[in-house]
Amino acid sequence: MAKLSYLKALSRALNDEMARDEHVCVLGEDIGVAVNNVTTGLLAKYGPQRVVDTPLSEQAFTSFATGAALAGKRPVIEFQIPSLLFLVFEQIANQAHKFSLMTGGQAKVPVTYFVPGSGSRSGWAGQHSDHPYGLFAHVGVKTVVPATPEDAYGLFLSAIRDDDPVVLFAPAQALGVRADVDIAALDAVPLGVGRVHREGTDVTVVAVGHLVQDALAVAEQLADQISVEVFDPRTLYPFDWAGLAASVHKTGRLVVIDDSNRMCGIAGEILATAAEEMRLTVPPKRVTRPDGAVLPFARELDLAVQPHADQLLTAIQEVYKSSPR
Amino acid sequence: MTDESMYRTMRLIRRFEERSIELVHSGHIVGGIHPYIGQEAIAAGVCAALRGDDIITSTHRGHGHVLAKGADPVRMLAELTGRATGLNQGRGGSMHAADFSKGIYGANGIVGAGGAIAAGAAWAHRNDGSDRVTVSFFGDGAVNQGVLLEAFNLAALWRLPVLFVCENNGYATTLTVAQAVAGSITARAEAFGIPSVSVDGTDARAVYDAAREAVERGRAGGGPSFIECTAYRFDAHHTWEHKARVRYRSDDEVAAGRSRDPLDVLDLPADVRGAIDAEIEALLAEAVAFALDSPAPDPAGALDHLYATGLRTRDGIGLLDSAVR
Ligand SMILES: Cc1ncc(C[n+]2csc(CCOP(=O)(O)OP(=O)(O)O)c2C)c(N)n1
Repeated sequence: MAKLSYLKALSRALNDEMARDEHVCVLGEDIGVAVNNVTTGLLAKYGPQRVVDTPLSEQAFTSFATGAALAGKRPVIEFQIPSLLFLVFEQIANQAHKFSLMTGGQAKVPVTYFVPGSGSRSGWAGQHSDHPYGLFAHVGVKTVVPATPEDAYGLFLSAIRDDDPVVLFAPAQALGVRADVDIAALDAVPLGVGRVHREGTDVTVVAVGHLVQDALAVAEQLADQISVEVFDPRTLYPFDWAGLAASVHKTGRLVVIDDSNRMCGIAGEILATAAEEMRLTVPPKRVTRPDGAVLPFARELDLAVQPHADQLLTAIQEVYKSSPR
Repeated sequence: MTDESMYRTMRLIRRFEERSIELVHSGHIVGGIHPYIGQEAIAAGVCAALRGDDIITSTHRGHGHVLAKGADPVRMLAELTGRATGLNQGRGGSMHAADFSKGIYGANGIVGAGGAIAAGAAWAHRNDGSDRVTVSFFGDGAVNQGVLLEAFNLAALWRLPVLFVCENNGYATTLTVAQAVAGSITARAEAFGIPSVSVDGTDARAVYDAAREAVERGRAGGGPSFIECTAYRFDAHHTWEHKARVRYRSDDEVAAGRSRDPLDVLDLPADVRGAIDAEIEALLAEAVAFALDSPAPDPAGALDHLYATGLRTRDGIGLLDSAVR
């Protein structure tokens, strides 16, 4: 067993996949010197034809990747900050994503859009702290948010190998997570399959991305009172509804914690689907950022807007105590 | 390149458009089309300078480009009428007609979107050691789209074999070039160091000559080129225009514009013309019959081809064959 950090796992995945498949190339800003530490060493190893330092032209290089993909490449784009995805929503949601259907299946667009450092990074304020995965899940772009180093490795591999556009969000607060892993056993993790990190029988907690760590801590804290099952969907689209149903059918109770805005968010979708299709014995709850939130600068304010472990704890207790419908 | 073959292409586009307008009025083409009539010499001239394996990206007014690049008019008309036998199996329609087997990466409903896609395709093919050239067609309105200018920069910076073809028909919907474009159109490309020329876009021979030079430069590694083709759109921006009752061109202006017809600019003997006209007439009669005889797509497959990997979305309430859950 070796210690592997989430960030190193991402870097290793990209490196391994570039070695395995010569069609994989990576584009982005400052990736030659690897300011985000993911593309470290790639330029020296694979050269400027496969590791392309781009000008600050997000819209062009995002569709550039689409064109390259249509012509047989498997581009990975590294975005420096999550809010750049707002800038290129046209190029992803309206171009890359729609090509396959609009052409009647003639085209495939295997591009991976990759954000190493999504969500709050403490002190980066309004325009650098969004976590816009819900937007992509909403339009149906494959959307991945790994929580652990081995999942970061395995899901990144699958995203690159997938024949469709995939957005992969690596939460800033997960990048430093380290785990004991058997490096030789690292492997692709299929998209659309969730993971139960901790088994429990009383309440299912769905946690997205870095919040899995918080959920596990809370579950441990409550261990002598409430048996909490922690379910990590890993991909938000496609979502592992069967995996969630299996958990909810065991516990009958559901809490979701998601670090994005409440209104029209992924947490609301999970609650709604569970309410429609699963055997919930009591009304579910969600812990999220507030409706329409923008992260303020000051640390106290930034923290006040993000969903918290305490809120999760309270929500679990409330759901556990509430009487069956 | 013979005048005869360019005339044949232009005549095909012209009659395809005229028959399509009839089919819009008879309700067989739903949603309408953006007629290309008056601009045929641009598609015919540029595509005559291309090889079969070269690539094009097209626009919302794309029929001419798609036909000139070699798409089958019969299956194309079936696409416009939304039939299962269409180029895109009825999934694309007028604004997304594509034929990847002919290097046609599709018409595109977003103004200016094709430039960056073209640049990416050109990059990919060049890196694979091929000497294919990619052409991006767009209108005068598109030169005000930031993403297109970003694409100029990438293409020039990386000396990509891309030919940017601006079809200046004087209007972006109802807005004149004078109202929209600061400076000159060619100057925008020149600012990036891209060799630019302006040609008479009603003269297929002039367009062909300019395109051939640009294509040769691209193939030889000389980087991108820009050609502005001036022409006049004879018809409405879109077939809804007469219903909207908008008026933005005087009768005199339209008459003057129509007086220079690209089909008359080439000097061909009457019998040669007559023979080509008859050939095209027969082809389009076949196309219309084929389209109208072809089956509509099965509603149960409305989301087929959404993902290249075949991922099935969950039933919503929209598909005709699935009940409200
Ligand atoms: C980015 C974008 N803005 C607006 C529209 C709506 N629209 C469709 S065609 C068009 C005019 C385009 O003008 P131009 O590029 O000159 O091409 P033309 O129609 O003259 O061929 C507009 C505004 C669009 N499709 N895409």
